[in-house]
Amino acid sequence: MATSKEQVQTTQAAGRTWMDVKSGGSNAIPEGLWLRCPQCGQMIYRKQMEANLHVCPECEHHFRISASERVRQLTDPESFEPMFTELRCADPLSFVDRKPYAARLVDEQRRTGEHEAIKAGRAFIKGRAAMLCCMDLTFMMGSMGSVVGETITRSIEAAIDQNLPLIIVSCSGGARMQESGLSLMQMAKTSAALARLDDAGGLFISVLTDPTTGGVTASFAMLGDVILAEPKALIGFAGPRVIKQTIRQDLPEGFQRSEFLQDAGLVDRVVHRRDMRSEVSRVIDYAGK
Amino acid sequence: MALPHVLECEKPLHELERKIQALESLTSNDADQSALDAARAEYAEALAHLYANLSPWDIVRVARHPKRPQTRDYIRLICKDFCELHGDRRFGDDPALITGFARIGSMRVMIVGHHKGADTNDKIACHFGCAHPEGYRKALAKMRLAEKFGLPIVTLVDTPGAFPGLGAEQRGQAEAIAVNMLEMSRMKTPIVSIVIGEGGSGGALGIAVADRVAMLEYAYYSVISPEGCAAILWKEANSETNSAAAKALKLTAKDNLELGIVDDVITEPVGGAHRDPAAMGRTLEQWITDRLRELNRFKPANLPARRYERFRKLGSYLEVEPTPEPSEDAAAPSPAPPAPETDATTPRAAQGNGAAARKPRTRSSEPAPAGN
Repeated sequence: MATSKEQVQTTQAAGRTWMDVKSGGSNAIPEGLWLRCPQCGQMIYRKQMEANLHVCPECEHHFRISASERVRQLTDPESFEPMFTELRCADPLSFVDRKPYAARLVDEQRRTGEHEAIKAGRAFIKGRAAMLCCMDLTFMMGSMGSVVGETITRSIEAAIDQNLPLIIVSCSGGARMQESGLSLMQMAKTSAALARLDDAGGLFISVLTDPTTGGVTASFAMLGDVILAEPKALIGFAGPRVIKQTIRQDLPEGFQRSEFLQDAGLVDRVVHRRDMRSEVSRVIDYAGK
Repeated sequence: MALPHVLECEKPLHELERKIQALESLTSNDADQSALDAARAEYAEALAHLYANLSPWDIVRVARHPKRPQTRDYIRLICKDFCELHGDRRFGDDPALITGFARIGSMRVMIVGHHKGADTNDKIACHFGCAHPEGYRKALAKMRLAEKFGLPIVTLVDTPGAFPGLGAEQRGQAEAIAVNMLEMSRMKTPIVSIVIGEGGSGGALGIAVADRVAMLEYAYYSVISPEGCAAILWKEANSETNSAAAKALKLTAKDNLELGIVDDVITEPVGGAHRDPAAMGRTLEQWITDRLRELNRFKPANLPARRYERFRKLGSYLEVEPTPEPSEDAAAPSPAPPAPETDATTPRAAQGNGAAARKPRTRSSEPAPAGN
């Protein structure tokens, strides 16, 4: 595809991150050369943090990153070939809340320069061919609507057809409300497709990053043959606020974080971002894929 | 006749009911009798009119009506025998999800259904129909049993959502639901699901990946509750925003039928299932037996492929020509009006030709005029 090369350049040139686009709120990172780490409170030099895979050099806090940055970090240089980029959201419900969904989408597309909350394609990871999907938190909180669900399903089917290991990096607020029932059905669709991959003996490595919640956790994200998680990522079905309201008591320290899930037996390994590439390829090797 | 629980929308009816009761209490002479008949006719008409014109938010409230029949009621009404099976053999027994062998007509089936609870204690034990991971795992274990012995599975969905709590998260609520969907999609036995009341998000879908899915007329099925949606998108949940969210979410049976999410809408008795549970039970039984008879014609081994296709086509999106992307500058952090100019217009274009865009099943290879 003629676009692939340009796309690769785009992703490399972008270097745009979650912090660049999120404005306002307590987690906001000020623009500029220096920024304050939300975890340890230290002032850190932005370039140093970026060179460190967007991890705080002082306290190992993993900053949230965009799908393009994730692709860049995980794959061999120039190897990522984007696929299914022709899919576009259709606003099936003509959804309007305080603002029409159609207008919201246009704004998000304009702001992020992306079409949807996911990037998918073939790539090499330390020389091993794989199908890779990266969700994009910068686009509507990485929520899953029809396009995200369809992209993931097609990626699963491609992994079956081409006998490739499948890697999905999740970060999402859950199913996209603006497509209501159809978003919900993407959970069933992607899970059913993973049943086929399983039947075909395919390998699926699910990588959970901060935050993975709701309908995404309750479908493909928790269905990995092997589930890896970045340190201290928020991973759960219900959001902490909802749980707190329901049970009316304070939540324990570290609740719903990767380490908590590993202790609960729900995540296989908590993996530092700098080791993710090698851990993924290690698992691919063990599965003999 | 009078219901202890009066819905906001039923208030005018309630007055008529009281009038009828008053007339009934003094009856005996003929003049009163004709007045009573007139009042009853007026009531019947008002009831039918009201229920034919319920707003989505009213439907949500009917779906949550405390007198609405629940899974245990339907089991009593429909099944000739019910052999309840408890527990997930791993952690415990969740009363919010009932499972067991049952006989419907001449058929042996496995019943799986949410249960909200009959009285206050029961409701608390059932967490008001919000199941825990052990509930979903129990459901899966019993469905596997059904598959092993060639029994079809009937699931009755009625939950506000899976339980959001400490223990539920610790024991893997998300994993339990996800695994259920995956395994249900490849079960080699017929599965039918009916949303009988509330179809709350993943908690509902965790037992609803079926060959045929139906909704009762005044049930709802949605990705989030109207209150939850209003709280997030409208920033506050009050009666006005709840109502707006209920409308926007397209959560009624009719809407879900149009979106292709359910295959059938099962008509309820006039005034809702809670006014005549027996009649509702008969209609429901008829639908179940009809669909199972239909599905029995397929070889069990062929069912998963058909079920996959059913869910595979759900979703609505456009496919544009892969444009040679001039999006380099678009990806730069500066919010310059980017190449997605084309895409920006695409959803609008889709909206323009309404019919095409709203048909959810179509993978419309929309020419996307602006894109070319």
